[in-house]
Amino acid sequence: MNSVPAIAPAQAAGQRLRERVFRGATFAAALLVLLLLGGVAVSLAVGSWPAFSHFKLAFLTREIWNPVTDEYGALAPIFGTLVTSLLALLLAIPVSLGIAIFLTELAPTWLKRPVGTAIELLAAVPSIIFGIWGLFVLAPVLQRHVQPWLIEVLGPLPLIGKLFQGPPFGIGVLSAGFVLAIMVIPFVSAVMRDVFETVPDVLKESGYGLGATTWEVIWQVVVPYSRTGMIGGIMLGLGRALGETMAVTFVIGNAHRIGSSLLAPGTTISASIANEFAEAVGDLYTSSLIALGALLFLITFTVIAAARFMLMRLDRRALSSV
Amino acid sequence: MSRRALRTFYNLLALSLSGLATAIGLFFLGAILWTLIKNGIGGMSLNVFTQMTPPPGSSGGLLNAIYGSVVMTLIGILIGGPVGMLAGTYLAEYGRTSRLSMVIRFVNDVLLSAPSIIIGLFVYELLVVRMGHFSAIAGAVSLAIIAIPVTVRTTEDMLNLVPQGMKDASTAMGAYPWRTITSVVYPAARSGIVTGLLLAIARISGETAPLLFTALNNQFWSSNLGAPMANLPVVIFQFALSPYPNWQQLAWSGALLITLTILVLSVAARLVVSSLAQGGKR
Repeated sequence: MNSVPAIAPAQAAGQRLRERVFRGATFAAALLVLLLLGGVAVSLAVGSWPAFSHFKLAFLTREIWNPVTDEYGALAPIFGTLVTSLLALLLAIPVSLGIAIFLTELAPTWLKRPVGTAIELLAAVPSIIFGIWGLFVLAPVLQRHVQPWLIEVLGPLPLIGKLFQGPPFGIGVLSAGFVLAIMVIPFVSAVMRDVFETVPDVLKESGYGLGATTWEVIWQVVVPYSRTGMIGGIMLGLGRALGETMAVTFVIGNAHRIGSSLLAPGTTISASIANEFAEAVGDLYTSSLIALGALLFLITFTVIAAARFMLMRLDRRALSSV
Repeated sequence: MSRRALRTFYNLLALSLSGLATAIGLFFLGAILWTLIKNGIGGMSLNVFTQMTPPPGSSGGLLNAIYGSVVMTLIGILIGGPVGMLAGTYLAEYGRTSRLSMVIRFVNDVLLSAPSIIIGLFVYELLVVRMGHFSAIAGAVSLAIIAIPVTVRTTEDMLNLVPQGMKDASTAMGAYPWRTITSVVYPAARSGIVTGLLLAIARISGETAPLLFTALNNQFWSSNLGAPMANLPVVIFQFALSPYPNWQQLAWSGALLITLTILVLSVAARLVVSSLAQGGKR
């Protein structure tokens, strides 16, 4: 009987060593991902320390931003970031929902791929391109055709009227929200589409079996089933909008002020950093901008983590039903 | 209207609206591309590729910016690609469902959607402050950090597509995991991994915010990695917001160039994936 020749001990040791090296390398790379996030958090904390220790908590509540007297407060950028992002979501959610419904329930098979790809390509367009397009194409259109109408029709209304008063600048909070909306649509709709596709056919067929129309099946079966994932997708879009930099920098107007009108220029955290950081002189100025970055990091981290958590639960459900 | 007619009406209305929403999305893609072509094509001459960025008022090109973008993107992917692939390999083949892997996966997903300007600030603190000046290598590192999570994600997804049976067969022959991974899993997932790298390149080549205060900009030709280096996105930013017509024209040409490059990369990546998916079905 021939036995298989045993592997030489030296060769076996060589194999084990290579295994250790390879495994160690992959492990180190994986740890590096953790370290990156940790490093970002630590460096932002260290960099923003002078600003926070100098201004204390008043940094968060003051509107003033004056490099000449070296006084800084984050309220205006925080306000601008939140308002533009919420505005973006308000505009993006219905459109994204429509696209997701179209792609999963309506489009004929031959149309699904090209349309889906085109929407995904919108997400690949760099932020700076949205910026110059927003500044040179969208803002003039809004200024000439949309904003005068808003001022005339909505301006005199009680309560919401305040949002639409003042001259039509073109650039400003509204334009920034609009550009952001276009930018987050592909992300939100892609998540919603993926979520809708996890709805079991049996559920939908039961709906149709009861005589429901397509819309009734979508609204009463698909949407309730996908609620968590949809919210996760929306939060992911929110995370994008909050941190989006270049596109906003072009169209927001960069005014450190809080105005009641959506038509007026404002600023966001990321736009302030992008505009001022390279030119900031003095430790306190630089540190204040890094402190803005730290705030942005905190806000987006919370939103994205919540979104990922929701989508993770969804992934598991999708996997367990396979 | 009868109840039935009303339901049919709502159905039609809602479905038309969703069709309209899709049209709106496509319209904006079309509008942006049209603007870029309309404004960018006029300035597309050989000069764009052969001359340096000009001072205001005189003619010139984008050669130093194109060179800088290519160099920083390449270095970025040369650092970020391997790290991302290794980390993705760990998650897919070694860590799998361990608690640590779950945490890393989660952190990676967070990094994937983290604002790129934050990465810029991080690298500024990490490299620019220590070196005392802006540099191309700092720009490349910030691009690498953005490329890592993209590569981790796609690598893990692609390795998971490799049938367990193939891995088992290799293990049964006495191969250590590293042998199985490098000789069986990687070749099987090759086109998927290439797709991930292409997507990562597409993602970082248009990034502007992290370069603003790492690589900064340079009006002249520079191949020194330790010095500020021109790059397309920052040049577009600076030139588009300038009052000089020749600078604005170059900004549009640069914008067209960068967008076309990225769209071609993205479409190419998708074609690789779809040929992979079809190969898998057969």
